[in-house]
Amino acid sequence: MQAITEQRGTLRCLRLAGELNIYAGADLKAALVDALAATTELEIDLAEVTEIDSSGIQLLAAAKREAMDTGKAMRLVNHSSAALELMDLYDLASCFGDPLVLPQRHGAGASA
Amino acid sequence: MSLDLNEALQTFFAESRGLLRDMEDALLRLEDAPDDADALNAVFRAAHTIKGSAGLFGLDAIVAFTHEAESVLDLARDGRLSVDDTVCGLLLQCKDHIELLLRQVESDEALAEDARRHGDSLTERLLKLHGQIDGADTGGKLAQLQPETVEPVPCNGPAQDGDVWHISLRFGSEVLRHGMDPASFIRYLGTFGRIARIVTVLDGVPKLADLDPECCHLGFEIQFRSDCDKQAIENAFEFVREDCQLRILPPGSRVQDYVRLIDELPGNKLRLGELLVACGAVTQRELDTALQEQQRADLRPPLGQVLVGDKVVRPEVVNAALNKQNEVRARQSQDAMFIRVHAEKLDALINQVGELVIAGAGVGLLAQRNKDSALQEAMSSMSRLVEDVRDGAMRLRMVEIGETFNRFRRVVRDVSKELGKEIELVITGAETELDKSVVERLGDPLTHLVRNAMDHGIEPTEVRAARGKPAQATIELAACHEAGHIVVEVRDDGGGLDRDRILAKAIERGLIDANAETQLPDAAVWNLIFEPGFSTASQISNLSGRGVGMDVVKRGIEALRGSVEIESAAGLGSTIRIRLPLTLAIIDGFLMRVADVHLVVPLDMVLECVEIGAGLPPGQDYFDLRGEVLPLLRLREHFALQGQPGRRQNVVIVKTLGRKAGLVVDELQGQFQAVIKPLGELFASARGLAGSTILGSGEVALVLDVPSLLDSAQRTHRGTGPRPAPLSKNATPGFIG
Repeated sequence: MQAITEQRGTLRCLRLAGELNIYAGADLKAALVDALAATTELEIDLAEVTEIDSSGIQLLAAAKREAMDTGKAMRLVNHSSAALELMDLYDLASCFGDPLVLPQRHGAGASA
Repeated sequence: MSLDLNEALQTFFAESRGLLRDMEDALLRLEDAPDDADALNAVFRAAHTIKGSAGLFGLDAIVAFTHEAESVLDLARDGRLSVDDTVCGLLLQCKDHIELLLRQVESDEALAEDARRHGDSLTERLLKLHGQIDGADTGGKLAQLQPETVEPVPCNGPAQDGDVWHISLRFGSEVLRHGMDPASFIRYLGTFGRIARIVTVLDGVPKLADLDPECCHLGFEIQFRSDCDKQAIENAFEFVREDCQLRILPPGSRVQDYVRLIDELPGNKLRLGELLVACGAVTQRELDTALQEQQRADLRPPLGQVLVGDKVVRPEVVNAALNKQNEVRARQSQDAMFIRVHAEKLDALINQVGELVIAGAGVGLLAQRNKDSALQEAMSSMSRLVEDVRDGAMRLRMVEIGETFNRFRRVVRDVSKELGKEIELVITGAETELDKSVVERLGDPLTHLVRNAMDHGIEPTEVRAARGKPAQATIELAACHEAGHIVVEVRDDGGGLDRDRILAKAIERGLIDANAETQLPDAAVWNLIFEPGFSTASQISNLSGRGVGMDVVKRGIEALRGSVEIESAAGLGSTIRIRLPLTLAIIDGFLMRVADVHLVVPLDMVLECVEIGAGLPPGQDYFDLRGEVLPLLRLREHFALQGQPGRRQNVVIVKTLGRKAGLVVDELQGQFQAVIKPLGELFASARGLAGSTILGSGEVALVLDVPSLLDSAQRTHRGTGPRPAPLSKNATPGFIG
């Protein structure tokens, strides 16, 4: 996993790339903790995420809740297809509250 | 990444081997009773679990192959394929092939070409079976995972939608660490139904700072549309069964059932209620009413009763679920009952206990010398404890022989198919325990004996019919304890050994003198088949008959300080009896002295001791024990020992393998726990000695190998012949004269 941070005014951009799975768990957690500590407005770009598993989504969810609890803004943007697929499977779009273009939901049993 | 893959892989190998054994057992049961649904499920479960775990490790070859077998099993479970002998045979071969694949991964070698071809042909046969039933395209190997082939036959009811199940899931924290992702289970659900609503429960997820990325805190409430049964849904979570809380509410469950679900789940009840509402399982009003009602209600009958009483589920569904629960419980309790210990640790423990026994004997000796009665008393209670510890330590190494015996079910099945004979294997005394190291080395000799009995012992079916015997022959494997030994018998009800043919062969090979043949008693004739290169099979089959079997068996058994004997009755069958010491490390010994040498014989061989004073005339090699004539062995002369003879002499009557003899010694020194140490290479050729041991005083005592001592004594007395002949032809087998 790679994480690239960009600061645009008050907005901090965290571009995540590669695999957000259990193997990258520790790195991802560190990146999220650092990013949230450093800003009040965080945008996480998921365009380059090739793989995400339950461990990854769990960390993102925890970060989102952390942000809400501390009155900060956190957005997920540019979901890659892997990220979309899992968000869709877990139906977490409303939880993150980000605008998403979902593929057809659970299309005719072919969700495998 | 803390997950140690290599270690996990080793566990996977060990588990898979166990599963394959279960699978084989179940397949053999299935062959006897094709309708045995439990057995079929066991086979399926084994295949399914191996496939799943192999997938976790990315062992694609195993996954792909096992998948084909699983598909066929699935058809059988649906009742669309009848399980006959051919299918069982094929599946057994598949099991062997999976084993081969596993071994290949374990040893990190490439698969041999013929093994690969064999695997391909098996796959082809599986696919053909599958294709016959399905009629559909089975080309793509993973195509069966797709709903169009796996989807159960729709029953009456809305075929497209199916019933709505409610699945409530809470994953355990270790799930991710075990290499499983909850997402894959939910995706899998999608293959045989439709997820109508899903709510991901994130309440258990701790604050970001406290969140261990490798721990799973996810839960799900799922509304699932499917025509499948409850079992199918449960099976989807097979791999995490012990690692997740799974609750399934059948379609049409009433609000009360959801309330009960809320009760059973950990966490805030109100929040859970909200989740269910969010999930669409119940409406807010229904929930409120039910919760109020519940507060008024007192004791509730068990869930199962309520469900049946309410006609929500059929009783058999509840029973099935209960069985499942019990099974899980049994498995868990079994897990709790056993721990894996490295054999080396056990060996080290036993070694130390051995040293403790020696040291204890030393202290005991000192106590005796100092005539300190208090110390002696303390010592005697301590030595009792030491004995208990020794026995306990030895028991740790004891395993039941049944597992070894059970392996032969497969051997008997395969060989009887190959030979076209109907043979049943009967096992008795499977619970008999013996030392693990002995068990391990018993497998090969037993295989030889069982194959031999099937090939040569059991007559062809026509011959059996002509002799008025039942068409189905019996091979019996039996084990029991007998005076510090374990006796293992291989019995068959075949034709028995052919005395004339054995004699003819022995004469041809020059093993015995042509003139001596008529005088040889049966037991001596039977023993001839243990001579190297001896085989009477008129035709060499690929099972046995190459003449390398029996002498290898005998050597294998003798290496374990055991012995073999044969009983045979023409036309009725034969019995091969193996006697083995229970353990190879510590014995209760009887200590004696000849000249200034200490000798030990195993206590359980000692029948009695008789004092003879100076009374025997020199050179007399028999002894009259209350009218019974016993051979006498003067150890002083036998070992050519120098030194002052004792004032009076004693005869120790020993019995081994049904033979009795007297040993002449100078002094009896009583019972003694001997920790047997092997003799050095220098003494490898010394016959009659089994090892050495150290006395409490630090002196060395030699442990006598009584059977070989008697053999060699006999040889010196009688002179020629590979097997000494007893006194008369009518003597009982093994009685030496």
